[in-house]
Amino acid sequence: MSALRLAVSMLDLTTLEGADTIGKVRQMCEKAKYPLREDSSLGPVAAVCVYPRMVRAAVQGVEGTSVRVAAVATQFPSGQMRLKERLAEVKYAVGEGADEIDMVISRGLFLQGQYRAVFDEIAACKQACGKAHLKVILETGELSTFDNVRYASDLAMAAGADFIKTSTGKVQPAATLAVTLVMLQAIEDFYERTGRMVGMKPAGGISNAKLALQYLVMVREVLGAKWLTNRWFRFGASSLANDLLMQIRKQETGCYQSGNYFTQD
Amino acid sequence: MDSNDFILGGYAKAPESIDHFSINSSYDLFIGGKWVKATQQFKTTNPANDQVIAEVGLAGKKEVNQAVKAARKAYESVWSKMPAADRGKYLFRIARLLQERARQFAVVESLDGGKPIRESRDVDVPLAAAHFFYHAGWADKLSYAFPGAKPKPIGVIGQNIPWNFPLLMAAWKIAPALACGNTVVLKPAETTPLTALMLAQLIEDADLPSGVVNIVTGAGETGQALVEHSGIDKIAFTGSTEVGKHIRKATAGSGKRYTLELGGKAANIIFEDAPINEAVEGIINGIFFNQGHVCCAGSRLFVQESIADQVLRKLKKRIGTLIVGDPLDKNTDIGAINSREQLDRIKSLVKIGKEEGAQLWQSDQRIPRKGNWFKPTLFTQCAQSHRIVQEEVFGPVLAIQTFRTPKEAIAKANNTPYGLSGGVWTDKGSKAFQMTSSLNAGVVWANTFNKFDPVSPFGGMQESGIGREGGLQGLRAYCNLEL
Amino acid sequence: MTIPKTYKLFINGQFPRTESGRVLEIRDQKGVLIANASRASRKDFREAVSAARKSFEGWKKTTAYLRGQILYRIAEVLQGRKGQFVDELRMQGVKNPESDVDASIDLLVYYAGWSDKYQSVFSSVNPVSSAHFNFTSPVPVGVVSVISPSSLSLLSLVSVLAPIIVGANTCVILSHLSSISFAEVLATSDVPAGVVNLLTGQRAELVGEFARHMDVNSTLLCSDDQSEIGAVERDSISNLKRLVIRPDCSLEPSPYPIIDFQEDQTTWHPIGV
Repeated sequence: MSALRLAVSMLDLTTLEGADTIGKVRQMCEKAKYPLREDSSLGPVAAVCVYPRMVRAAVQGVEGTSVRVAAVATQFPSGQMRLKERLAEVKYAVGEGADEIDMVISRGLFLQGQYRAVFDEIAACKQACGKAHLKVILETGELSTFDNVRYASDLAMAAGADFIKTSTGKVQPAATLAVTLVMLQAIEDFYERTGRMVGMKPAGGISNAKLALQYLVMVREVLGAKWLTNRWFRFGASSLANDLLMQIRKQETGCYQSGNYFTQD
Repeated sequence: MDSNDFILGGYAKAPESIDHFSINSSYDLFIGGKWVKATQQFKTTNPANDQVIAEVGLAGKKEVNQAVKAARKAYESVWSKMPAADRGKYLFRIARLLQERARQFAVVESLDGGKPIRESRDVDVPLAAAHFFYHAGWADKLSYAFPGAKPKPIGVIGQNIPWNFPLLMAAWKIAPALACGNTVVLKPAETTPLTALMLAQLIEDADLPSGVVNIVTGAGETGQALVEHSGIDKIAFTGSTEVGKHIRKATAGSGKRYTLELGGKAANIIFEDAPINEAVEGIINGIFFNQGHVCCAGSRLFVQESIADQVLRKLKKRIGTLIVGDPLDKNTDIGAINSREQLDRIKSLVKIGKEEGAQLWQSDQRIPRKGNWFKPTLFTQCAQSHRIVQEEVFGPVLAIQTFRTPKEAIAKANNTPYGLSGGVWTDKGSKAFQMTSSLNAGVVWANTFNKFDPVSPFGGMQESGIGREGGLQGLRAYCNLEL
Repeated sequence: MTIPKTYKLFINGQFPRTESGRVLEIRDQKGVLIANASRASRKDFREAVSAARKSFEGWKKTTAYLRGQILYRIAEVLQGRKGQFVDELRMQGVKNPESDVDASIDLLVYYAGWSDKYQSVFSSVNPVSSAHFNFTSPVPVGVVSVISPSSLSLLSLVSVLAPIIVGANTCVILSHLSSISFAEVLATSDVPAGVVNLLTGQRAELVGEFARHMDVNSTLLCSDDQSEIGAVERDSISNLKRLVIRPDCSLEPSPYPIIDFQEDQTTWHPIGV
């Protein structure tokens, strides 16, 4: 039960659609603040995650609460643009009020072997973030091999990432337990070497509570209890929220739940 | 969030349910297709809490004789005359029944032997079923396994099995024997008779002709009576090297064939270019799987000096996350030691290790008070001459040494009278193959460990035994070849 | 009053009618209609090959153990439906339908048992004269098109089908009416969709298509007709299909029909630090 509630506090509720509007974002913010209205002890989620144009609406939507606003930037999801425009996007989103930036690395450059360029881009984005936290999306599905994921993780952390994140959610496969393990091990080794903690966010493909708990077990056994807060671990998911709530309700009442009793934001 | 149990405490208990089937309070011997009461009984207990589970028969010379006679009758009048494809069909039936009742077998295996339910459920029982399935298919195809020769059955096989993989060892013995047209008398280990007896019940349900499989439970004397019985054509034994030598003595001059799966002290060799995190998992699995009660356990670690500190640090950290506890809890990683005797043996060897000057390390996880338990243990500063390095502990105890060059690693790895298994960890393919072909071991794992499959032959060189089980090569032990 | 069965085709795990709308009337010896079987067209064959190709990607990655389990399952399900097949075969004039079904079940069990053994028997580690680890093992050829024996027995179908799929290949088979009923067995035995596709139709019309298709890796022709064999040999040249010609009757059980649809792949790797 405590793991389920912890998982709720680690959610980054996300909407990244071409069809996003101010209204849609506002409704998601309501869900973010009060996941389950009947249960006031169940706190808000960690953050909402939106496109740069929607940041202002999101900031207004969660004002006065602990919910953070994360914006995807740097030509999400492909990253296929020059650095200049991608940095401008970061600055715009931060200017609109984003607390966190989720950037995408240039997978094309990485697969061309231009690691220095990938590193420099991440470092530049970190600088453009100012006070905002930088999550670096590796897009593990496109990197393809575990060796690539490990190397990209090490690169991102060395370049200043506050968080490393598996995927944009726009490409299959997205997050998997295996790829997450590789990234957690990278974080562990980085911490041993430098003493700096880096957060981790698996995104996409975590559709049910049971799977979410398996991720938490993995974090606990690889990195330890220190990482088990939303300061250092997030779930990038949308449908996971209601499954967590349904499982919490089921633990309390002993009955399996129906989706009809939980709000679709 | 500060008082969050998940962050601070352990995991909630996840007990496997045991209420969907029943265990008899007492079992007889299974001889000639009937349940025969023995003149004596003995108790079998749960090593996790010392509670008695059931009473089973203690077979004496008389009952062993009965069983051998039943096996001989079944061989001559039914089994050797049966079309091979039908023999195969019986084995397929047994395989399918075992798959259907898999959960019950897994639970009883953990109760009787002490291994974690995750292992019995995910490894022991599925592999046992797979062994029956695999050998079922060979029954009518044996000529393809022996080019230019006509394979014939041997006759009646006496089989003695150990307590570390009770059901799996029964499958490893019974399946190939029957596939090749033999009949068997099987003696399960003294501390773990139950899953073999459940297997006998299953064999009854499969309608296997009477006497093809006979199960005689008992202790050392029962096994001895079986080995010495003149009506046995062949002995198959898995156990310690010491007992293996006794068996050779007992069978010398008798004309009986034999295969022996004995002890080991496998070297697990980690090179600096190994995938370190994977290697650490492999080391852990190699020595702590089944509490280290594994003949092919990776009980000697050789780590290249340049990465020794890093590997040791990661090893200790990972050991700290292992959960030692109730075998029936699905969270448990390391279960109970199989018996008080085995626990005493481990304790005494560990004491010797400390006295010899090796450095002992154990993590500080809690272990239960009642029952037989031993924490995962590392010994560093080991020397090749230490008894803790030379002798098989058969427990969760790892002896660690460093090395500098591949040549040195090979020399030290091979410097043992054993030769069952070995492991090599390196990202460089050519090095992996160089190392594997230089190790004197029957099974060599490269970048993995403790992998088993019915199609892959298993067995040792030198004092680790004679003969192979599984695979095409494993059939040889159960056939006479007419050239 | 009974409900007569509609026999369609079996493609990609489904039972579609032929896109051509044509039928093959099948009558018993007394002239009574048994079925309007679908008369498959070349387009149906094309769809079937496409399904076989797609499913090959997954099928070739299955473990040998799983394939053995699936073949044994087919035998289990066929055993359960023995009565259905005995009646149907008898209706079509097949002699000794009971022993035909029994023999089919036994042959499925036989090949189930080969799934994880033919590799050990037909592979080799080759002692090359250089410091290399060198091994040869069989790999599946891919998509196989099959013209079954002319017999209406169930055994004639099983004898071509089992060795092909146990060897991790997928197939499209031109066969007889009872093959469509057999498809019901396949569909409920955990055989993935597209691994086996069964068509009924006019042999003369379709033989050429089976032999010419560029995305078929191998063709099995069960025939004693020399001109038919010659035509298939010529048609299969376009993509150098592996051609297997067998006499027009069931064979003795052996692993060689599995090997007929395997390619030998050899791998070298240096040994040395």
